[in-house]
Amino acid sequence: MLNTSDIMETITMIQEENLDIRTITMGISLLDCCDSDINRSCEKVYQKIYRCAKDLVKVGNEIEQKYGIPIINKRVSVTPIAMLCGASGGDPVEYAMTLDRVAKDIGINFIGGYSALVHKGFSPGDRELIESIPRALATTDFVCSSVNIGTTKAGINMDAVRTMGKVIREAAELTADRQCIGPAKLVVFCNAPEDNPFMAGAFHGPGEPDCVINVGVSGPGVVRAALAKAGKDIDLTEVAEIIKKTAFKITRMGQLVGTEASARLGVPFGIVDLSLAPTPAVGDSVAYILEEIGLETCGACGTTAALAMLNDAVKKGGVMASSSVGGLSGAFIPVSEDAGMIAAAKSGALTIEKLEAMTAVCSVGLDMIVIPGETPADVISGIIADEAAIGMVNSKTTAVRVIPAIGKVQGDVLEFGGLLGSGPVMKVNMNSPSVMISRGGRIPAPLQSLKN
Amino acid sequence: MKAVISVVGKDKVGILAMVSNICAEVNANVIEVTQSVLQDFFVMMMVIDISEMNCELSDLREKLTANIMGMKIHVMHEDIFNSMHRI
Repeated sequence: MLNTSDIMETITMIQEENLDIRTITMGISLLDCCDSDINRSCEKVYQKIYRCAKDLVKVGNEIEQKYGIPIINKRVSVTPIAMLCGASGGDPVEYAMTLDRVAKDIGINFIGGYSALVHKGFSPGDRELIESIPRALATTDFVCSSVNIGTTKAGINMDAVRTMGKVIREAAELTADRQCIGPAKLVVFCNAPEDNPFMAGAFHGPGEPDCVINVGVSGPGVVRAALAKAGKDIDLTEVAEIIKKTAFKITRMGQLVGTEASARLGVPFGIVDLSLAPTPAVGDSVAYILEEIGLETCGACGTTAALAMLNDAVKKGGVMASSSVGGLSGAFIPVSEDAGMIAAAKSGALTIEKLEAMTAVCSVGLDMIVIPGETPADVISGIIADEAAIGMVNSKTTAVRVIPAIGKVQGDVLEFGGLLGSGPVMKVNMNSPSVMISRGGRIPAPLQSLKN
Repeated sequence: MKAVISVVGKDKVGILAMVSNICAEVNANVIEVTQSVLQDFFVMMMVIDISEMNCELSDLREKLTANIMGMKIHVMHEDIFNSMHRI
């Protein structure tokens, strides 16, 4: 029997604490769209995405109506486009334009997969695609791009790291008149997951089925509210327990929506990604959870420990709630998308160095960080290399999404609007890693034993 | 199949009557009602059977919202509560 307090709890979570399904993402394999002629290939890509995902938005809205739970985004992720480029040749931007066109025609919010997997080296199509990323991001609205430059098993491709530093800068320069939005849609990964539903890093891995539904849940506000209700007297064992129970409930909802969407669309259900994904809305912040745990501000000493506990407890609760957990699953720390992080960065309490330490225990990496416009490409490559090393050694996903704010200096702000929020320009250590970066080559894969 | 209607807001005459009338109109059977008024603050929860209903859940929500002004109304399928609060 339904219990009044359970019903009220669910309604409060949705109404007051910003609980929502962040995204239903349909993964579509484009491997059967390869053609030696790029125009034919693009046409097949358009047709296949349109055929598979034409009802995605409608079904999303129906589920929203049925359960009264907001589903913020409907998205599509596709096979890394570099694989199609390898077969078809031609200008990869053609693919980006096709993806953007189909995204607009079916009414989704984002399409991810303008990607290349180059952790061990470049195959045909990879270099062309990577070099075209700045143009692709500048000429499209909904296309998101990602590049995997390292894995624990393969090491780090430093040639790719060097190139990505330049690509990020160029993407910012080409969109300087639009708040440098280009690099906000570009993620550089180490150990990229193949089933991630979250943008900008979503792509449909080659090991995935033809078509699949993945769901990303969100709910930092719910966790914060649950901790606030419990008060400041409980010990950290109990704090972890509360986070775990809350994550369980959030994930159950994701599982329900995912199974329902997959049944209605006739597409297999993939995974629930049980990430705590903040938005700029007040009360929907991961930083505020850390502060609720007992830090004066996010970035204070103790932040890494609090985040480690949060991330782990979220995973434990989620794994119990769904038999198919995947994607990134954990706590996100995107600076510009999180009201608490923005405040901490503005006040100087949160620095890039502290964020780097936090990425060793959270679910992704340096995310949505605005850096000074004068930051050289080599320094960006250095940031990527550091972050990738953390991921590689710890067998976890790490990522870099930094936005060079062209023409702006520390203290200025970039306003992206919407879910991307606004980011203060943060201080970067400008000492040059040029010689190391220009060496290129590969950082060999790390030892998996003798761990100390 | 069941759904839960919840109404929260300032108390006035005829809220319960209005909600039950609309349920009857769409052929949804009322299974359970709990209601309380705390200092003019009205909270009601109603569980209805929607298997024989002659319209969509979203239409029912629209009808309710259009008829009861100034109150917060939610119509949600019971599955969301079951999946969140039961193992």
